[in-house]
Amino acid sequence: MISFGHDEIVKYPFLAEAGQYLKDQGFTLEQFATDPDLQIIVDRAYERIESASQGNIYNYKVDDSSNKDSSLPLEVFSFLIAIILLKLAGMNTLVSRFSLAEARRAERFLEKDLVGKSNKTNEEFATKIFLDLFSIKIKKNGDYFTIPIADYLKHAVHFHELEWKLINRHVENGMVFLTPHESVRLTRKQLGNYIGTRIRSAQTPKSFQVFEEKVAKLVKIGKKLTVTTTISTEFPPCIKHAIEVLNNGENLSHSGRFMLGTFLLGRGQTIEQIAPLFKNAPDYKERTTLYQLKQLAGEIGGNTKYVCPSCDKIKSNDLCFAIPECDNIINPMQFGKKRL
Amino acid sequence: MFEKDLKFLEDAFKQYYFDHFNLINVPDRASEREFGYMKFNTGMIRHISLKTDKDLHLMLMSNIPSDVFCSNAYYTFPSMPMSEKDWKEADIIFDIDAKDLKLPCRKDHTCNKCTSCGEIFVLQDGCPKCKSNKIEHISLPCDNCMAGLKKELSKLDKVLTDDLNIPANDIVTSFSGNEGFHLYVKHSQYNDLGSKERGELIDYIKFQKVIPETFGFKKNNPSKSSFPEFDESGWKGRVAKELFGSKSKKSKLVSKIISDGYVAYREKLDEIGKNSIGIKIDPNVTVDIHRIFRLEGSLNSKSGLCKLVCKDVEKFRPYTEACLIDDKPTEIIANCPIKFQLKNKKFGPYNGEKTSVPKYAAVYMMCKGIANSA
Repeated sequence: MISFGHDEIVKYPFLAEAGQYLKDQGFTLEQFATDPDLQIIVDRAYERIESASQGNIYNYKVDDSSNKDSSLPLEVFSFLIAIILLKLAGMNTLVSRFSLAEARRAERFLEKDLVGKSNKTNEEFATKIFLDLFSIKIKKNGDYFTIPIADYLKHAVHFHELEWKLINRHVENGMVFLTPHESVRLTRKQLGNYIGTRIRSAQTPKSFQVFEEKVAKLVKIGKKLTVTTTISTEFPPCIKHAIEVLNNGENLSHSGRFMLGTFLLGRGQTIEQIAPLFKNAPDYKERTTLYQLKQLAGEIGGNTKYVCPSCDKIKSNDLCFAIPECDNIINPMQFGKKRL
Repeated sequence: MFEKDLKFLEDAFKQYYFDHFNLINVPDRASEREFGYMKFNTGMIRHISLKTDKDLHLMLMSNIPSDVFCSNAYYTFPSMPMSEKDWKEADIIFDIDAKDLKLPCRKDHTCNKCTSCGEIFVLQDGCPKCKSNKIEHISLPCDNCMAGLKKELSKLDKVLTDDLNIPANDIVTSFSGNEGFHLYVKHSQYNDLGSKERGELIDYIKFQKVIPETFGFKKNNPSKSSFPEFDESGWKGRVAKELFGSKSKKSKLVSKIISDGYVAYREKLDEIGKNSIGIKIDPNVTVDIHRIFRLEGSLNSKSGLCKLVCKDVEKFRPYTEACLIDDKPTEIIANCPIKFQLKNKKFGPYNGEKTSVPKYAAVYMMCKGIANSA
């Protein structure tokens, strides 16, 4: 487990146990709700969430040593009170946005610590965060950091940009070479998830009147962020192509059949509606087709409902026939989806 | 399949299993693996747990399977339904199949069988007898296909050892028993990767989804591009060799790449990935972490040949060494328009005629669907 000092708490406040930390510092939640001197912390906590909801990173300069003594409680407490406000607001969208913004904030410090130009301890601390939080064994190699390929892949698969693909990385002897910036960027999603999980698993505290006005405002912000969508009935080109292949009596590969079945099930069609599509397949057997569709729908087997594979996977299987309307979607299920 | 053919093949397979117990063993950590089998004319039976060679041999003798499979994955409860197995890890596997090489020779040793009326013919797209377009392609691979496969295997071996740092001793190559090779990587750093991550390894090995920037093209300032050098490790070195051929040609070709532009370079990289330097593995196999995979030493019902470990891939002659069924003379009615060779003996073509051939050739043709028992 990571042990850390004051600097680290300001940089990485999510590593502290919120309730325990407040107690250790001799504070109760009630004090924050009643003491006017502590109101600034509640205000700061609100700003921290509001700023995150707008996609901004909460800004605070840790290196400003003149400000250090007073800023420590303010910065750490505002984070902890923000969690309280988020729990009271109960808006999942806000928790996600806040977690991501806090992850991006921590990223800056982590990158600086990782380079560790003046401070070896910071470098060791950052390396330890990688190991303890993300199970990544990161090592310095000149101006670069190296990460075992398997560790890299577990994180890089969350990116859709081609530059993160293993083929577009410098790979040598089972290791991936990354700049300090790339190293920390690699873990942003996991860091966001880590913060989000900690917030979601925290207990919802008792509310106080002074929090209620801020919580109401947060609920309002959260509602604005929730979007509703419509989906057109038009099929994406990969699905149209698969249907065409079957209609022509040609062989559609196993992965093509899987894609078609899962897509149509995902769009709400029944097995009875889908099965006739496969009638022209050279190896068509009604019993097998129904059995396989039932497997996909989770009606038999392990009750696992299979979902339509990603565009990335479809491309790998040579089943992608993208058109401009695909518009950078990452799964055929998103084709024709529009925000209202 | 006709009753008579079924009986003949079951007898032949049973005899093979009985005579070759020494070749068919459960792999290491057998109690953590899922086994499965198929019988002629039936579907897959899986979620079986076998702990010892004796269990396996008993299963072979009592069920006479057409194909036997074993998971590359390790589970806590291998015989439970998939969702309850508790997946622990899975060895990395690769499959290189002759059909994926798309070699020009393929059309010369492929015939078509109409799945509606059973007519066997070559060249035409539709059945000449009943005009159906439900056609099954039957390929009898040749030496050229094997040479192509061995070339791919050697490329794969290099990427695995050099780039992915897998010790050569941990890589086991086997002939699949039909027209491909399987390559196992045991107990590596990659064992606990899920499907998605394995998909990334596939793109790496197949050299696909490459961006020009990775190989030196500066989109905003092409003249400042810095293209790969011959002595660089990994794909950069391979790309340099493929694109430039020799050091003397490099500067001229670099100027051409820059003047042709970003998109042309991307297309060029895609093209060399697809047609030359990319390794033609079957992505569906590597990505599947719950697959049951043909067991070493068992017969492949698509050919009657044995899945066999190749100690020296270069010298391995699959259609001799993996042909282990005996040579008792057997009468069949063969309808095989293509010549083929097994155990250094040439067979065919046959035009729906009654003929006597060694049992291994009879099994081969019947498994391929181009002969019946006389």
